[in-house]
Amino acid sequence: MLFLSNVINGLSLGSIYAIIALGYTMVYGIAKMLNFAHGDVIMVGAYICFFAIARFNLNPIIGILLAMVVCTVLGMTIERFAYKPLRQAPSLAVLITAIGMSYFLQNMAQLLWTPNIKVFPSVVGNGAIKLFDGQLTISYIALITMGACVVIMLMLSLFTGNSKMGKAMRACSEDKGAAQLMGINVNTTISMTFAIGSALAAIAGFLLCSAYPNLTPTTGSMPGIKAFTAAVFGGIGSIPGAFVGGLLLGVIEILAAAYISTELSDAVVFMVLVVVLLVKPTGLLGKKISEKV
Amino acid sequence: MATRLDTKMVPIPSAGIVPERDSGKMPVLVAAHLGITFGGLKAVDDFNISVGPTEIAGLIGPNGAGKTTVFNLLTKVYEPTHGTILINGRDTHNMSTVEVNKAGIARTFQNIRLFNNLTVEENVKLGLHNSINYTTLEGVLRMPRYWKAEKEAHERALELLSIFDMQDLADYKAGNLPYGAQRRLEIVRALATNPKLLLLDEPAAGMNPSETSELMDNIIKIRDTFQIAVLLIEHDMNLVMGICEGIAVLNYGKIIAKGTAEEIQNNPAVIEAYLGKKKEG
Amino acid sequence: MKNVQRKISLNKTTKSNFVTYGIVIAAFVIMEILMAAGMVSSLLKGLLVPICVYVIMAISLNLTVGVLGELSLGHAGFMSVGAFSGAVVSMMLQSVIPDAIPRLLISLVVGAIFAAIVGVLVGIPVLRLNGDYLAIVTLAFGEIIKSLITNMYIGLDENGLHFSMIKQKFELAEGGKMLIDGPIGLSGMRKVDSFAIGIVLILLCLMIIFHLVNSKSGRAIMALRDNRIAAESVGINVTKYKMMGFVISAAMAGAAGALFASNYSALQASKFDFNTSILVLVFVVLGGLGNMRGSVIAAALLTVLPELLRAFSDYRMLAYAIVLIGIMLVTHNPAIADRLKQIKIKQYKKSADRKAAAMEKKMVRQTAKKEGK
Repeated sequence: MLFLSNVINGLSLGSIYAIIALGYTMVYGIAKMLNFAHGDVIMVGAYICFFAIARFNLNPIIGILLAMVVCTVLGMTIERFAYKPLRQAPSLAVLITAIGMSYFLQNMAQLLWTPNIKVFPSVVGNGAIKLFDGQLTISYIALITMGACVVIMLMLSLFTGNSKMGKAMRACSEDKGAAQLMGINVNTTISMTFAIGSALAAIAGFLLCSAYPNLTPTTGSMPGIKAFTAAVFGGIGSIPGAFVGGLLLGVIEILAAAYISTELSDAVVFMVLVVVLLVKPTGLLGKKISEKV
Repeated sequence: MATRLDTKMVPIPSAGIVPERDSGKMPVLVAAHLGITFGGLKAVDDFNISVGPTEIAGLIGPNGAGKTTVFNLLTKVYEPTHGTILINGRDTHNMSTVEVNKAGIARTFQNIRLFNNLTVEENVKLGLHNSINYTTLEGVLRMPRYWKAEKEAHERALELLSIFDMQDLADYKAGNLPYGAQRRLEIVRALATNPKLLLLDEPAAGMNPSETSELMDNIIKIRDTFQIAVLLIEHDMNLVMGICEGIAVLNYGKIIAKGTAEEIQNNPAVIEAYLGKKKEG
Repeated sequence: MKNVQRKISLNKTTKSNFVTYGIVIAAFVIMEILMAAGMVSSLLKGLLVPICVYVIMAISLNLTVGVLGELSLGHAGFMSVGAFSGAVVSMMLQSVIPDAIPRLLISLVVGAIFAAIVGVLVGIPVLRLNGDYLAIVTLAFGEIIKSLITNMYIGLDENGLHFSMIKQKFELAEGGKMLIDGPIGLSGMRKVDSFAIGIVLILLCLMIIFHLVNSKSGRAIMALRDNRIAAESVGINVTKYKMMGFVISAAMAGAAGALFASNYSALQASKFDFNTSILVLVFVVLGGLGNMRGSVIAAALLTVLPELLRAFSDYRMLAYAIVLIGIMLVTHNPAIADRLKQIKIKQYKKSADRKAAAMEKKMVRQTAKKEGK
């Protein structure tokens, strides 16, 4: 029973990773760049939620919506001013710019909101469902997190599979040049991808801080790296891959902490990643790429 | 089409044909029942060829026939799903690309693959890599063997470049060379590995008729000076019919004809593959 | 005529290498003079060894990223291995070799060797992957190394060396000395003045890289970067040379780590995290891929920059971020790149004109001479 409860905790943590990983994977799929600032967009989203809910006593739903709007605008702005001018630049230059952007956001947050820990308000409360005569408890926040993840996943699949913009995104990720020739506005499409990724980051920020309430300007970094790992784990560029990778990573992390050692759980997570990539060099659901000779 | 040759082709025991002058010698390449399947599709099926030690052979066929795939099989870029390849009688089963090169096959690529950020001379020296004799430590410590071997390599590289009269380009970056020069450099680099068989993948692609004609002379010159065999893929029929002694025609991964230029030109199956079937009546 | 040209171009590389050595030596001499004159703030003095360390880190990472062509996001891991193995050996030898300098030299060698061993272990799986997948696995190994060292307990007592990954199982006899204490890391080390040794180490690493790049093995490594399939087709063993580049790079990072440790009296593994790897990568990219001199200068300047920005106090890291983004945007902006190209072409034309004019003058003079005869 303890095992089951660990798995559920893992799935809950993994859901957060999955939502963040979606942002990484979508941007990577289309712009072929590692958006290192993504983790910090999560942090900004969490701060906006914090101020809206704890300071201005707004309804949590409105708080989240507000954070989504702010993050969307932030994501699109970053893309427009920092990444778009480098569309033709070598990928390492873009990577360094993204790293610079990550530093920028963290230090900006430190100036605006001080480095001190802010305790995120518990919106959902500490309630939990008790199953099997109280042997298994699932907290409401875990349920909400997992639910949100599934809903987002389904909506994104429908969006990329059926909508016009979604199809444009897939076309751009295959071949930007060809997409442009077919009349797709590549710039709008990339901008849109950043918008969706950043809006998801805001939700992830809220969920992350509801589960782990200590909010600082560096809150986003480690979950960011882990989620990025999850995206690679599942096969970067693949939306179902991000979902599967995120969930697995969360479960592995919690199980490793419970049964091996809390301190070594990160090492175990990364070792599993290494093993998976050795067996499947492009991740679990990644496309196999072979160079034409 | 005019041929510059009057080679007589004779059958040999390994069930192929080679020029008469090579008939007593072991063929440099024998491929038997070679094949590979990609996800159920037979890209190459039951491919057989033998190339004499001083033969210039041609492999032709319509686009997508599987010619480059044959080269990739011969050089072990792909591991064949069936069949055997003998280089000078040696079975290449389980050999890697590197080992195949050491066994005596060097190649060029259809889409040029040079070391673009290195100089022309460095490109050739990389072809000489396995014949340059000093260890990494001797190189880092700049021991006498380093200086001696590098000097020899430098001279040998210039000598090889002079085949195509390219020694003046030695210090240019390979990526900055004009297209034709890049193709020629690829051939020089391949020759530098001291092969017994040179595989050329569309060496005349993108060349004008006078460049092609020069290339034909050069291929013959390479064969004569190095005493090696050449197997080439080419769409330029003037080149193929002009210098290739034995020609194999590939279509849909299968050999549909083999023989001399004259035989190939009059083969109905070849005409059909290239031009389509004549309408009945 | 041809031979003359060859010599000039060969000398060009050698000359460029000597300029790089010269810059390092000049920087050392200037710093020594300024320090003797008492004109160096204690802050900058404290930065001298870290500057050497980051310069070595940058040139060694440049070997992986610029020369071998593989993006590594876990370079700090090798630094960490070098720092801890070097420091542990140095502390163990404290009673045997009381003199600090030979002990430091030993620790540099030990750090390099341990990092090289870890480089081989990491390289076996890592180098089978490609591109971004390779990058993420190096990141993973960086984190794994950090995590393992953070949970490592090593101590020395009369029964010899003790090692454990779990604190509860770790026991030392009375009078034993704790060497690595898990998350607390190393402590009680004696600081060594290692600036001069750092400079020598930089020169040594530069020399190894320059000599390697201009030899058979270095060419093979660069060939893999430019075109792996072509390299295989001319008989170059991909695994061997990838591994060679990767391990040499790791060994240098290990030596840098050992040097870094010598500058502190206590050290935690968390110091060598992902951010450190990224910091070094920033030096490499700003200095130019494959450009060792660029790495040296970028690493030195950017290590000092946050201190120079101290005037902005709270804003300094923000300023650093803006400078970083700004440099990237300016240097890679297509419009600006075009403009720079045009300036270059103009300069080239000017110099060509000048050369032509000089040539003409010479000809005129020569004909005049001849006629005079």
